[in-house]
Amino acid sequence: MAERQLVQGNEACARAALAAGCSFFAGYPISPSSEIAELLARELPGRGGVFIQMEDEIASMGAVLGGSLGGRRAMTATSGPGFTLMQEHLGYASLAEIPCVVVDVMRGGPSTGLPTSPSQGDVMQARWGSHGDRATIALAPGNVAEVYTLTVEAFRLAEALRTPVAVLYDEVIGHMREGVQLPAPTAAQLGRRTGPIAPPSPDFLPYQANKAGVAMVPDFGRGYRFHVTGLMHDERGYPMSDHAQVAALLERLERKVAAAVPAVPPERYRLDDADVVVLAYGIVARTARAAVDTLREQGVRAGLLRTRLLWPLPVASVTEALSGASLAVVAEMNRGQWAFEVQRLAGGHVEVSPYLKAGGSVITAEELVEHVLFATREGVGA
Amino acid sequence: MQAPMVVDGTSIGGDEQQRGVTLAPCPGDERPGAGSEKRLLRYAMMPHMLCPGCGHGIVFEAMLRVLAERYETLDTVAFVAGIGCSSRVVGYVDACTLHTTHGRPLTFATGLKLARPELDVVVVTGDGDGLSIGGNHLIHAARRNIDLTCVLFNNEIYGMTGGQLAPTTITGAYTSTSPAGNHERPFDAAKLVEAAGATFVARAQSYRTQVFEDIFARALDHKGFSFVEVMTDCTEYFGRTNRLGNGADLLFSQARAEQAIETDLAERPTLTPVPPKAVRPVMEMGVLHESRRPTLEEAMGLTGEQR
Repeated sequence: MAERQLVQGNEACARAALAAGCSFFAGYPISPSSEIAELLARELPGRGGVFIQMEDEIASMGAVLGGSLGGRRAMTATSGPGFTLMQEHLGYASLAEIPCVVVDVMRGGPSTGLPTSPSQGDVMQARWGSHGDRATIALAPGNVAEVYTLTVEAFRLAEALRTPVAVLYDEVIGHMREGVQLPAPTAAQLGRRTGPIAPPSPDFLPYQANKAGVAMVPDFGRGYRFHVTGLMHDERGYPMSDHAQVAALLERLERKVAAAVPAVPPERYRLDDADVVVLAYGIVARTARAAVDTLREQGVRAGLLRTRLLWPLPVASVTEALSGASLAVVAEMNRGQWAFEVQRLAGGHVEVSPYLKAGGSVITAEELVEHVLFATREGVGA
Repeated sequence: MQAPMVVDGTSIGGDEQQRGVTLAPCPGDERPGAGSEKRLLRYAMMPHMLCPGCGHGIVFEAMLRVLAERYETLDTVAFVAGIGCSSRVVGYVDACTLHTTHGRPLTFATGLKLARPELDVVVVTGDGDGLSIGGNHLIHAARRNIDLTCVLFNNEIYGMTGGQLAPTTITGAYTSTSPAGNHERPFDAAKLVEAAGATFVARAQSYRTQVFEDIFARALDHKGFSFVEVMTDCTEYFGRTNRLGNGADLLFSQARAEQAIETDLAERPTLTPVPPKAVRPVMEMGVLHESRRPTLEEAMGLTGEQR
């Protein structure tokens, strides 16, 4: 049993990266994520790892992808403005199928915004921030212990599915300290990188997909000579513009990330008989849980669906949670991002009343209770 | 003249046999091993997309000649390129080739080199890629003195996007986005990179491939950030828009810009740009700076895997 210790969220993230075998970090300082870089700057070099502070976030993400192609488990950490600068290379990584982990410790935006205040404003940026129809995976830990386990899981998913995986949490989780255990991951939790099964040969196809729809791309310098490009490419990795082949490639990239849905299940709290379903993630789910308890005490059959996976959208778990409900309340610290998706899935069958707060402070249990009571009394759910 | 030779199919992937390609050395090229660089080509990627008269193919072939003397196969050599005509050439070499995003090849190359210091990493970039959108990465790579060999193909224009203004376009020259002539001053890439801290800085031309080959070989040997700017010509956009003639005419105009051999060219036709505002400046050629200080990998204590 791992010992119990007081750990900060960002520290848990960095320690998870080390535990997950990350040996390459390239980044650029930005609040409120900098502790991750600082800890890895101290820890990586002594372990055969590479730490480099690049000239900006664009360069950071480029270096991460170069390091990953060299065969290393690679990551960066940033916040909203930096995440924006990384978007083009995230699209590149998705299309070229280069594994990497990007941690976004969310702060208030847009622009420089609120550099040291919490927000959940990057949910849609994680989904649509890069141009084109990019398939994405974004995880949302809700406490310090989960920052650790989901960062490990992010590496497993990134390496197995050969795609960027984002870990999104807010400034409060990043800077909060909690008593946690940080157990060493098992071999299954670490997973392994999807790579070639065929030996080098003139006919080798680096972008041939396995049954899971993941291209079996080798690392550089391992005897395979092959081409990697951000252009649409065929199985050889060579540029192509055949419309049917392009459509099939995009479909495959979207299909493969669906594997994250069963891998990162939600937490269901008091949902079985719930009439009012609160949907929340990250720090908000903690106060939402307290709000559910208070509502139950007041006779409202409330429950909580705490998703730990933002993207791809966990459609089944959301629709299942909504199935018996008359009111759904999406609570998030933005002007309404994940709430749009829930409204879409509710499809008019269940009333959705988002509780949104984008000012830079956490949604409290009290205000959430008040919102639910108001919404139910007003008959919004009828 | 030698008889046409067929390159051993097993060494280059067999594609040329499937395509029925017979490879011959250039007419008149009697050097030992002439044409052997063709074994490093990736035939399946052909035909290439360079225009007739473009200087990039001349430079690329010269690079391959140097590489062919050093490597049997390019398993441990990575070519990293950005976006643009020059960057596309890496696809045609049978190595680990990485065609990245616009302006960012040095960032990918930095990550790759630090992850795997034992690999030889060559960056191919252009003047738009390396000096405009990627200018920040260029100066930082030079400052770090990371052991990369960076070849910047300078054709003074954006070719792939259709002939727009580059940060290297000479003052007064016409491009599709400088219809009244370029109001700006071009970068002196070599001076910039030297000032930023590169430990090997050189400038060469597609006009004199032997000189370029010697320089490229020295750049490969150099420990630290080595930067070779090579002047090449865009006939389709730069040449045509400024009425500078065809590919051969442009090569001669390069020669006129080279101080050292300018006097040899008195009898060559003089190019008169129309209007005569745009005149190629006389530029220093050759190795312009060479020094030694610890590379980034040395400073970080990264040794890489044993080959």
